Amino acid sequence: MSRAFYWLLPHPLLTLLLAVVWTLLQNEISAGMVVFGIILGIVIPWGTSIWWPDTPKGFRLGKMVTYSLMVLWDILVANIQVAWIVLSVPNAKLKPAWIVVPLELRQPEAITVLAGTITLTPGTVSADLSDQGHSLLVHVLHTDDPDAVRDDIMTRYQNRLKEIFI
Amino acid sequence: MTGEIIGTYATAISLLIGSAFIIVGVIGLLKFNDPMTRLHAPTKVGTIGIGMLLLAAMIHAFTLGQTSVHEVLIMAFLFVTAPISAHFIAKVNIHTRTCQTPPPPPRDDTWSTLSTPDQEPQAEAATKS
Repeated sequence: MSRAFYWLLPHPLLTLLLAVVWTLLQNEISAGMVVFGIILGIVIPWGTSIWWPDTPKGFRLGKMVTYSLMVLWDILVANIQVAWIVLSVPNAKLKPAWIVVPLELRQPEAITVLAGTITLTPGTVSADLSDQGHSLLVHVLHTDDPDAVRDDIMTRYQNRLKEIFI
Repeated sequence: MTGEIIGTYATAISLLIGSAFIIVGVIGLLKFNDPMTRLHAPTKVGTIGIGMLLLAAMIHAFTLGQTSVHEVLIMAFLFVTAPISAHFIAKVNIHTRTCQTPPPPPRDDTWSTLSTPDQEPQAEAATKS
């Protein structure tokens, strides 16, 4: 039963996501469009499953929702901070810095989410990954204490992502 | 009637906040003189500036009585794709050495952008000829 389920739906969450996106694209909810969205959600992952050999098995949707809300709030706060830096700090006094974040996450999906979060939060841009994937290079716009920024990223984002992607 | 007035004001305030953040982003883009610090300005425009403009569009459509959820999708796709372009601009900056050279990673050999296989094809060509 489980094997048949995974043969038909190699990525169950992707199926759900595609159905929801298709329904949102229609801008109105009708039964026909929901059914068509579900059909698309089954056919597209099934047809492209050759290029996605590894299914991320452990993924906690509930924690991902709270994580996204927390990131949205952080984006709001950091935006105001960076706007203030842009307007008030002259170029000569700006202290940009490279920081290196040691990665404890191993799944590519989890590292992608972490890098995307760092870039979306204004003031930090994730620039590069080391060749074996053990550390992430982050550029900070203006900071007095680079180590504090690194610890903040590790405790605030990485520890939560470790719980989301098991 | 009052609902319409509140909607109009909410739309106007969202538009103003969004435009203010976009103009701050543009000022940052013009003011900073290093490619890596310049990169920080557009990421801000991409998140809250566009977000507030889309929120204004949603509130406006809602006051006119036509619910519109396309904006949520625009937001979602923007949030997924914006970090990728920023990441590639940063990689080009590191690759062309137009910024400070980053510190070496503690556990691995080098950064993936800097580990170019340039020497190997030349060495192969040298051994062949």
